Amino acid sequence: MMKRYQLKDLDCANCEAKMENAINKISGVNKATVSFMTQKLVIDAEEGHFQEIMKEVVRVCKKVEPDCTIQM
Amino acid sequence: MTKKQKKTLTRIIISAILLGAFMLMPTTAVIPEKWQMWWQLGIMLIPYLLIGKDVVWKAVRNILHGKVFDENFLMSIATVGAMVIGKYSEGVAVMLFYQVGELFQSYAVNRSRQSITELMDIRPDYANIEEDGGLRQVDPEEVRIGDIIVVKAGERIPLDGKVASGTSLLDTSALTGESVPREVVPGSDVISGCINTSGLLRIEVTREFQESTVAKILDLVENASSKKAKAENFITKFAGYYTPVVVTAALLLAVIPPLFLGLAWGDWVNRALMFLVISCPCALVISIPLSFFGGIGGASKCGILVKGSNYLEALADMTTIVFDKTGTLTKGVFKVTNLYPAGMKKEELLQYAALAESYSDHPISLSLKEAYGRKMDAERIGEVEEIPGHGVSAVVDGHRVLAGNLKLMKRMDIPYEENSVSGTVVYVAVDDKFAGSIVIADEVKEDAKAAIAALNEAGVRKTVMLTGDRREVGEEVASKLGLDQVYTELLPGDKVDKVEELLQNMNGREQLAFVGDGINDAPVLSRADIGIAMGAMGSDAAIEAADIVLMDDEPSKIAVAVRIARKTLRIVRQNIVFALGVKAFFLLLGAFGVATMWEAVFADVGVSVIAILNATRILRTEE
Repeated sequence: MMKRYQLKDLDCANCEAKMENAINKISGVNKATVSFMTQKLVIDAEEGHFQEIMKEVVRVCKKVEPDCTIQM
Repeated sequence: MTKKQKKTLTRIIISAILLGAFMLMPTTAVIPEKWQMWWQLGIMLIPYLLIGKDVVWKAVRNILHGKVFDENFLMSIATVGAMVIGKYSEGVAVMLFYQVGELFQSYAVNRSRQSITELMDIRPDYANIEEDGGLRQVDPEEVRIGDIIVVKAGERIPLDGKVASGTSLLDTSALTGESVPREVVPGSDVISGCINTSGLLRIEVTREFQESTVAKILDLVENASSKKAKAENFITKFAGYYTPVVVTAALLLAVIPPLFLGLAWGDWVNRALMFLVISCPCALVISIPLSFFGGIGGASKCGILVKGSNYLEALADMTTIVFDKTGTLTKGVFKVTNLYPAGMKKEELLQYAALAESYSDHPISLSLKEAYGRKMDAERIGEVEEIPGHGVSAVVDGHRVLAGNLKLMKRMDIPYEENSVSGTVVYVAVDDKFAGSIVIADEVKEDAKAAIAALNEAGVRKTVMLTGDRREVGEEVASKLGLDQVYTELLPGDKVDKVEELLQNMNGREQLAFVGDGINDAPVLSRADIGIAMGAMGSDAAIEAADIVLMDDEPSKIAVAVRIARKTLRIVRQNIVFALGVKAFFLLLGAFGVATMWEAVFADVGVSVIAILNATRILRTEE
């Protein structure tokens, strides 16, 4: 399942890559891209566990860039 | 400015005033000598904490999370270090300068992000649905196929559909970059994203929003930044190695000279701190995706959709371009191009031919009728007889007219003048006497010749045309347009083989582009390094198969795309060289103790700002 989320206050371009790497390491995530320019997260993950996966994504993002929030 | 930026600005102003005031304050006054240092530190901590508390806090928090090497950490270490060695006002000033730079940087990035998004802003906010005699605004996503929507003058068409009633001129510039309005009448297909400039239109929706042209284009452009260019991947990788290397170097710089050479600790620690400030790779990391994004945005403004930064990069290295003929360089519509009458006026010749062919639906007959342009009077035509494979025989105004190919003239034993002009030739005889010939050909697009010239000028070395058409026709078009090579009489499968062959002869970074109309050349589009589909307004197949999509069908847009790509890549290279060059220079100055902390902060923040400003130049690409 593909979903797109708006990100808020993603201020640093380097964090984009860090976040992307971290999200892609979560199990169940097929592919995720974070775009600093469009301030968007596009995630393709397993349909069944999508809720849990997103929870993990939020947790990981908080760790990488505490100021940045994912708008659900 | 955003709320966050305004807050930062206020903090900057207040702490700048405090810093200035404390620096001017007489030092001796009431404080005894031995407390002087603590007093100085105490008052300077006020502006320092005001301006730098978030940076320090982030640094601490990141260390707790196990992330050490980021700019917050570097700035905190550098400024705290400056305070420790007694340079209080310098510590505050560096932090202040850093924040000014950060603010400017985020402002510039936001601005260019906004202007790029504006370029691509074709998303309709609402659709009008007629209800109980009045209009109700609904979300375009709620409209279903078959619903009738109303688009008033000045409004954007929210969904793809067919005009049910009303006529108008549509402004398609948001999609094609083209300013000539398009006329629509009841029955015309219209696509979302166009602006209705004059009358009231009632449109029957034929596609839901998610399937509509606008949604597809937005999706494509938004996803474009996820296909990263080699330059972008290089920078991300580079930053991963760069920061740890510089931090290690700084550590060695701080420790080795004092330990082994017995030099003063303070001086070398200060140099190491400068090293850290300079080392931040922000300038590169921000300006490069910004440049590519700007390039993609600028291109989409001209009606050129690029599916990823990597394709923009490839386009800049394109040396060979292969065109399909029909529909790409030519209009793909047959038209009467020349009349060669024998013993009568041109109009007469055309009239006889058109009337004789008036009962046929063959494309040739249609183009004759279109060229004639007047109403067909059935009473003037009698005894129509089709002669399969040859043409027609009909009685027009009492004269027996023969119209057809060469074989018809031979069969009827009519002495004729052969016409060797390329294209399809219709020979006409009236009352068994040769009356002349008419040439019907696919017209070359108006801007095709200029497009080839512009591509050559832009540095494309080889232009090739592939066609399934006859040799004479293909070669004539090719020489007319100034193409370097032409392959004719190809079957669809042969086109892939020819492209393979051309690809074999390429070396290194050179890229090959194939341009087609996307209808039956999907295999070639995907085989080429860069597949360019044109005339894609509303065509799913083309958007799907190609890497670059031209919204209208002008081949000259390709040269524009190449120019934008080259400019983007030029700016990317400038930024890489400039940022690394300045940093390397200041790192050296810092290591030898020539640079001060001020210069170090400039090397970091100043370079970022200049690189960002340079990147925003892409948005001002000429048409």
